[in-house]
Amino acid sequence: MKKWCLLLAVLLLIISCNQKDSKREEASLETKIENQGEVVPVNDKVKVYDYNELEREFFLPTTNKTYVINFWATWCKPCIEELPAFEKLNANYKEANVEVVLVSLDFPEKIENGVIPFMEKNNLQSKVVLLDDPDANTWIPKVSPEWSGAIPATVIIRDGKRYFFERTFTYETLEKEIKTIL
Amino acid sequence: MKTRYLFVLLLVAALGAVAFTSFSNNGPTSGGYTIGDEAAPINLLNVDGTMITYDSFPDAQGFIVIFTCNTCPYAVASEDRINALDAEFKNQGYPVIAINPNNPAVQPEDTYELMQQKAADKSFSFPYLYDESKTVYAEYGAKKTPHVYLLNKENDKLIVKYIGAIDDNVRNGSAVKERFLANAVNQLLIGEEITLKETKAIGCSVKV
Repeated sequence: MKKWCLLLAVLLLIISCNQKDSKREEASLETKIENQGEVVPVNDKVKVYDYNELEREFFLPTTNKTYVINFWATWCKPCIEELPAFEKLNANYKEANVEVVLVSLDFPEKIENGVIPFMEKNNLQSKVVLLDDPDANTWIPKVSPEWSGAIPATVIIRDGKRYFFERTFTYETLEKEIKTIL
Repeated sequence: MKTRYLFVLLLVAALGAVAFTSFSNNGPTSGGYTIGDEAAPINLLNVDGTMITYDSFPDAQGFIVIFTCNTCPYAVASEDRINALDAEFKNQGYPVIAINPNNPAVQPEDTYELMQQKAADKSFSFPYLYDESKTVYAEYGAKKTPHVYLLNKENDKLIVKYIGAIDDNVRNGSAVKERFLANAVNQLLIGEEITLKETKAIGCSVKV
C-alpha cells in the first residue's frame, strides 16, 4: 500500500510540474516580445480587406512562400496568449520563406483606438491586416469547411494547399505543424 | 488504516489533476448535435435564482436556445436582437433560452453575479442560464458565443431544426440582409421545410 501511495504522489508531482512548465514558457515568450527592442516603427496603417481581397493576396498559389494566417482579435484572450508563438515563428522562419499574417477580426472602428495601440504596445513584427466582411456565413466555409467560426483559428497555405486548425498553439506545437508542412 | 485513507485521498487528487489537465487543453471539441437530433433536457440555474427546464414552458412548441456570454463583442452586439427575437417568437410558441457556457474561473467577466447584472442592465425578457456543470454546451456542440440551436417539439421530443448564426451580420443589426434564425422559425410556424438549416458566424470560443 505504501508503494502505491508513493507512486501516486510521484504521478501528482509530475502532472503539477507539467502545468507549471507550460505556464512558465508562456511568460518567457511574452517577455521576449517585449524585449525584442529594435525600434522598428509599427505599420502606421492596418490594411483593411474583404474576404475576396484577402483570398487573392494570401490564399491563392503564388510564389514558393508559405503563409501562416492567424485569425485573432484584440479582445480575444486565447488569441492574445498565442500571439508570441506566431511572432517567434515569423522571426525564426523568415529564411524558410514563411510569413505570418495576423488577420484581425476587430470591428473596423477599433483600428485607431484598439488594434494599432495593441500592436505598438506589444511591438508586433508580423504583418497585421483587418478583415472587414460582415457576411461571415459566406466566407467562413471558404476559409475551411471545418471551421465553426470560433477564434483563434489558423490556416497555413503552401503550394496552394490549405491546412486548417481551430485550436490554440504554443510555439512548439506551431513549429511542429510548420515542419510537417515545409 | 491511515495509509488506506491517504491512498484514497491521493487517488482522488491524481484523478482530479488528470481531469484538469485534459479539460484545460484548448483543443477542438468534437461531436455535438446535427440537424434532426433529439436535444437532451436541461436543468440550469436562471439569473432570477430559479431552476429552468424545458418543461418550465408547457405551452412552448419549441425553443430558440442561444449560447451567449457577458462580454464577447459579438454576443454584446447581438443582445438587442436576442431580446427582439424573444418578443417576436415567445407568443408564437418559440421562446428564447440563453445559456452562458463560459467558466468564470477562465473568463472572470462571466460569473453568475455579472450575468445577473447583464440581464438586469439589458432587461433580458428570457431566461439567462448559468451552466455550472459545463456539460450542456459540449452536449449541444456549441463552440462559440453566440451559437444558436432551434428546437422543435415533435412527438414530445425536442428536435434540432437549425444550428448557427442569428443572421448574416453579427456585428451590425441594422445592416442585416438575411435573418437566418427568424426565417427558420417562420418556416416551422407555417409547417414548411426549413431552407437554410446551418449557418456559420464568427464568435468567441467557449471558455472552459
